[in-house]
Amino acid sequence: MAKPLGTTTHEHAGSVDLGMPIPHGLDGIPRLAGDAKLTKKDYTSDQEVRWCPGCGDYIILNTVQSFLPELGLRKENIVFVSGIGCSSRFPYYLDTYGMHSIHGRAPAIATGLATSRPDLSVWVVTGDGDALSIGGNHLIHALRRNVNMTILLFNNRIYGLTKGQYSPTSEPGKITKSTPAGSVDTPFNPVSLALGAEATFVARSLDNDRAHLSHILRAAAAHRGTALVEIYQNCPIFNDGAFDAIKDRDQQQARLVQLADGMPVTVGSKDARQVLVRTDEGKLVFVPEAEATPERTVVHNASDPDPSQQFALSRIDDASMTHVPMGIFRQVERPTYDDLVRGQIDAAVTTAGGPAGDAELATLIAGRDTWTVA
Amino acid sequence: MEGMSGTKTPLDRVVIRFAGDSGDGMQLTGDRFTAETAALGNDLSTLPNFPAEIRAPQGTLPGVSSFQVHFADHDVLTPGDAPDVLVAMNPAALKANLPEVPRGATIIADKDEFSTRNLSKVGYATNPLEDGSLESWHVHPVALTSMTVEALAAYPSLTRKEKERAKNMFALGLLSWMYSRPTDGTRAFLQGKFGAKPDILGANLAALDAGWNYGETTEDFVSSYEIAPAPMASGTYRNVTGNTALSYGLVAGAHRAGLQVVLGSYPITPASDILHTLSGLKRYGVMTLQAEDEIAGIGIALGAAFGGKLGVTSTSGPGVALKSETIGLAVSLELPLIVVDVQRGGPSTGLPTKTEQADLLQAMYGRNGEAPVPIVAPCSPTDCFDAAVEAVRIATTYRTPVMLLSDGYLANGAEPWQLPEIAELPDLRVDFASGPNAEDAKGAPVFQPYLRDPNTLARPWAVPGTPGLEHRIGGIEKADVTGNISYDPDNHERMTHLRQAKIDGITVPDVEVIDPSGEARLLVLGWGSTYGPIAAAARTARANGVAVATAHLRHLNPFPANLGGVLRDYEKVLVPEMNAGQLAMLVRAKYLIDAQSYARVRGVPFTTAELVEAITALAG
Ligand SMILES: Cc1ncc(C[n+]2csc(CCOP(=O)(O)OP(=O)(O)O)c2C)c(N)n1
Ligand code: SF4
Ligand SMILES: [Mg+2]
Repeated sequence: MAKPLGTTTHEHAGSVDLGMPIPHGLDGIPRLAGDAKLTKKDYTSDQEVRWCPGCGDYIILNTVQSFLPELGLRKENIVFVSGIGCSSRFPYYLDTYGMHSIHGRAPAIATGLATSRPDLSVWVVTGDGDALSIGGNHLIHALRRNVNMTILLFNNRIYGLTKGQYSPTSEPGKITKSTPAGSVDTPFNPVSLALGAEATFVARSLDNDRAHLSHILRAAAAHRGTALVEIYQNCPIFNDGAFDAIKDRDQQQARLVQLADGMPVTVGSKDARQVLVRTDEGKLVFVPEAEATPERTVVHNASDPDPSQQFALSRIDDASMTHVPMGIFRQVERPTYDDLVRGQIDAAVTTAGGPAGDAELATLIAGRDTWTVA
Repeated sequence: MEGMSGTKTPLDRVVIRFAGDSGDGMQLTGDRFTAETAALGNDLSTLPNFPAEIRAPQGTLPGVSSFQVHFADHDVLTPGDAPDVLVAMNPAALKANLPEVPRGATIIADKDEFSTRNLSKVGYATNPLEDGSLESWHVHPVALTSMTVEALAAYPSLTRKEKERAKNMFALGLLSWMYSRPTDGTRAFLQGKFGAKPDILGANLAALDAGWNYGETTEDFVSSYEIAPAPMASGTYRNVTGNTALSYGLVAGAHRAGLQVVLGSYPITPASDILHTLSGLKRYGVMTLQAEDEIAGIGIALGAAFGGKLGVTSTSGPGVALKSETIGLAVSLELPLIVVDVQRGGPSTGLPTKTEQADLLQAMYGRNGEAPVPIVAPCSPTDCFDAAVEAVRIATTYRTPVMLLSDGYLANGAEPWQLPEIAELPDLRVDFASGPNAEDAKGAPVFQPYLRDPNTLARPWAVPGTPGLEHRIGGIEKADVTGNISYDPDNHERMTHLRQAKIDGITVPDVEVIDPSGEARLLVLGWGSTYGPIAAAARTARANGVAVATAHLRHLNPFPANLGGVLRDYEKVLVPEMNAGQLAMLVRAKYLIDAQSYARVRGVPFTTAELVEAITALAG
């Protein structure tokens, strides 16, 4: 699979003029000394992994365990926070600090941790139900705030842990135990939702494409702000084959749209390549390469502050998975909530001449209107 | 102000209620009068009372806002049952408050506002200032509005409306003269507030003076009054509300613990002032995050607690309901966390601006599973400071969420506060885990996140960033010692008992019994904000010859170790509460005693009189 990924945040510096340089996503987090290196084994906990055989979560875990050493961080400065669901068991299997919290609330908990501890690399692991049903509110607010953390949303389009009810990403008409006559609600497209929620980094990857997922993780970690990574994940027990159409080697090329920053949006093999163009009505459609004029060709711009085209790209996806965009949809710089919150405190403390001691505290509680009784 | 003429009558105590439209600035007027009174050295207690609506229609009963202050030359325990003086800025204020003003009391009314239209808005067919219906009261109809406007003739740049707005300062000036209060503090306050707007500043000062001078020159008021300072322990004092004291207590407690305060909160009456106050304390390192909802607020606090901060979340009853699941998680994670519940009338939205104590059982039991949580309840506005420090002690020592149960009366009520010495507050320094605490089977050092301190049963607080202590915690039941997931039945039972034993074993001071005669057979047991009314009622009852003992609980979970013995020492136990009898139920269940409940939920504190009656009846 091609993996022309967006560049890191650093290389985008200056693309959005905010008057201040945005640091790298890992700035301020202690790194390993010298050329010390950790391995996948260092990141593997002693707990027995208990997902069902064949679950996509295994491959994602493997990829993450293999990827983490590459960050060069001290592992005690990495924290994984999860909600509830099969996917949310993830932190138990990583030998970092971790919290398996409650259903849907991981983004809020991670916000408190990341904002008060700039020296930590904070990761959230969540499922489609966890992030988009019960935790939908926390997800959108984390995204708009732009707290420096990475959210890995394992989307298996089903409630795995509770044994197979439809989820907010299940396709319409889904037959499950709770929808024997087919689900009737319209699903969320997590990428569209994130873009609508003012996210600064939004990407999508696939559980079994380790190389692609590693690249996305790399860019997400480098991004300063909330990075949302949707990972299509197979649940062989309750929603097997949900992503077969885009995993099948024969169909994959015709369906997967690999987004590459600064490049035309295309799909298909060399000899059957289609190019995304903008019609007179402003719609985005794929046409054979020969019919695509340069003026009409849609060139992906992940760092465009205006999310309209990125949003339009997220909409070429549909339930039939005829065309499914993969990669980084959006990667823009915006000051992060946690940097700003800490900045206000640091400024106040500095202006006052340093941290408050007993005397300053005594002055505070006395207020401006005291009297003395002899 | 020097050189005033006329007589000064000494009084030992006065209760004044300022009442007007919510737009009339009655809270400000009351606050300023209180500050002047505090500066004079009187002891005092205040009770603001305002509508839930920000601006109910002008001149209507729902729009009436009031502020009551009780001050004396002796110690004051309550804001007073009934006002000696009612200042009524309009007919609505008169009508809404008259039922609580005893005959013989003084009423000062702004007669300009008693127009036919305003009278009819509140259903007065005739003008009560003129129709004789108030002949049992000392009524002073004063042209507050028009005299204010006249006094401001020198301010042509101000509109009539703007001038009228200064009438609360006229009223304040008049009352300051009547009760011989200094006005320097108010002048300085106005200077600070309106310094940038010289016209508005000048107008307010002029109105204040005009009110004072009116009192001095008119023959309407025969005398002014003096209330000598109350004897108070020597020291430096300020006047403080419960919410402010509670906020400062959290900061001071965290300071003594060497921790940063991280508050996650969602606005809700009457707790929002804690969010506001702490948000202004960045210079003290305080971090506040206004969350998207109450669940996120406590999630933020818990995340920060995992990171080694003093996580705090502040809310009222409806917010506690939303936070319940996360409180349970904190119980399971055994991390320090402070949940502030400033109780208000319930259920549901209930009475947002009124006080109640009906969240006790919610604090005690409002979670799924066996999830014991310590509860601390301050008994007065100033005690909110000490109770907050105590909550920090319990949370950090025992690694547990703590419920701090304040209420609307404490939150907004104010009283003089003798400032504590920061260095004399308890030493709350915490020890974070820094290395392995056990050995594995082969003798190699390991870290066991649920290995407990044998004294406190607290587990280690091992914060991310500490090398070698990487561990995972979660809401699934954990194996004793290792903290690994465990579904073992015996382990679950052991962990349930351990969590309970940890809370039961928290050291709390014994409850103190006050029984001056030593002959009481009736004990009045209170908790939280009923302290003042119960103490005042007991004092009155004793003066009437009734032998009665009192005890007040600040720790509701665990109860003080001596409580059972104390209760059994008395023939009768009366438990006054602003709920339907929640503490009564707890002590009956726990100690098998026949405690009698005196339960009222009117949204206002108990009056001394009703408690005297209840005590006298039961003491029989
Ligand atoms: C408050 C609460 N409500 C409901 C549940 C039950 N529950 C646990 S996981 C889950 C859905 C999980 O689905 P998803 O987030 O997609 O995770 P998956 O198991 O598919 O990885 C539900 C409904 C719960 N644990 N807590
Ligand atoms: S139920 Fe599905 S998602 Fe959950 S562990 Fe099994 S295969 Fe994986
Ligand atoms: Mg799922």
